Amino acid sequence: MSDVQEVSRSAAKSETMPKITFIEHDGTVHTVEAEIGSTVMETAQRNNVASIVAECGGACTCATCLVHVDEKWFPIVGSPSAEEEDMLDFAFEVKPTSRLACQIKVTQELDGLIVRTPAYQGR
Amino acid sequence: MSETIKTDVVIIGAGPVGLFAVFELGLLDIKAHLIDILDKVGGQCAELYPEKPIYDIPGIPYITGHGLTEALMEQIKPFKPTFHLNEMVTTVEKIGEPLFRVGTDRGKVFEAKVVVIGAGGGSFQPKRPPIPGIEPFENKSVHYSVRKMDAFRDKNLLIIGGGDSALDWTLNLQPVAKRLTLVHRRDEFRGAPDSVNKMRALVAAGDMDLKIGQVTELEGADGELRAANIKGKESVERVECDAMLPFFGLTMKLGPVADWGIKMKDELIPVDTAAFETSIPGIFAIGDINTYPGKLKLILSGFHEGALMAQKAYHYVYPDKRLVFQYTTSSTSLQKKLGVA
Repeated sequence: MSDVQEVSRSAAKSETMPKITFIEHDGTVHTVEAEIGSTVMETAQRNNVASIVAECGGACTCATCLVHVDEKWFPIVGSPSAEEEDMLDFAFEVKPTSRLACQIKVTQELDGLIVRTPAYQGR
Repeated sequence: MSETIKTDVVIIGAGPVGLFAVFELGLLDIKAHLIDILDKVGGQCAELYPEKPIYDIPGIPYITGHGLTEALMEQIKPFKPTFHLNEMVTTVEKIGEPLFRVGTDRGKVFEAKVVVIGAGGGSFQPKRPPIPGIEPFENKSVHYSVRKMDAFRDKNLLIIGGGDSALDWTLNLQPVAKRLTLVHRRDEFRGAPDSVNKMRALVAAGDMDLKIGQVTELEGADGELRAANIKGKESVERVECDAMLPFFGLTMKLGPVADWGIKMKDELIPVDTAAFETSIPGIFAIGDINTYPGKLKLILSGFHEGALMAQKAYHYVYPDKRLVFQYTTSSTSLQKKLGVA
């Protein structure tokens, strides 16, 4: 893979960081801090949310970071782009509120976001 | 069984790192055959991000995965590597000191003094849809690729997917099959517009069916498919079928490499950092598939690993010769090999 590995940034101020909750299919709940400007996929990877595979590293080409956005949150997160919608064809159990986590950018507005992860990402 | 192909080096994986290894080996007069499970060269660069930008290739501020693959193919042209695509290495056995016998799923057999594993994240294999009870049907009536079209003659065939693979096989198999049904989760297709139009024309003419939904259940016995349930927006529909082809793209699986007796760690191959050799002398691992202290999964790291690997491989291929280090800038002998002197 071509992308540079992430270096942890301890300097970020935690009190202003948005929180995201991942609920895995087996019920495991992770509520973690997310850095503004990063993606929901990157946030999952930094916090060892195992059901986010992200095989392509965030290039929107593998559909292995599928999340089901909580219905309440979906209007804020928004709908997928045409490119992302095309990739959703490669995912399984796609629902109307499904998104690829690598395509959701973290903003202050997303503080409190809840997403659920599927049992199977294709591998 | 076909004739054994004898060569200096077999490279498993034709991604960027495997391709550049051809260059480094070629400068040392070492011939290579490359084997890759994909139908094209370039590995992840070709399969996952052909059109995506790469910004960290030294000296190249910006290039796409496709562009890098093309450039590497141009660079290694003087060394005339032989490619065996659409083929997976299944066995690697040690038969000499060192000499290896390498076998593929297509029945090809190679004999090489050195094996270089540049298999990245493993082999790209089709994604299997999570339909309960699908396993007994797989490779009997559920297939993930088409090797012989005739296998689907006079079948009630279900094809799942909305990309080019699904559409191409729909168009190719529609005249062969008894009845073809294409199943896709939405009434939009990302495949080539021309294929979409042709498919829609067949549907309009009543020569095939299109169902919008997801296959949720299979019916049948002893590996013989009888029907599938397709869940649409409002209802579930049962469609009779005796063959199914799901096309959900590819995913990387480690594959047979774990069975070759090489020491592994967490699905990676530990190597030394002097030559990137594995626990079996004569077998090297370069690129994303290896691990060592400080390892970074970068294409540029894989290039470096290939260069050092070639130095040691030279001693296995030419045990009696002494290797003199030379630069392409100044060495007439290297420039001759590159066809520029």
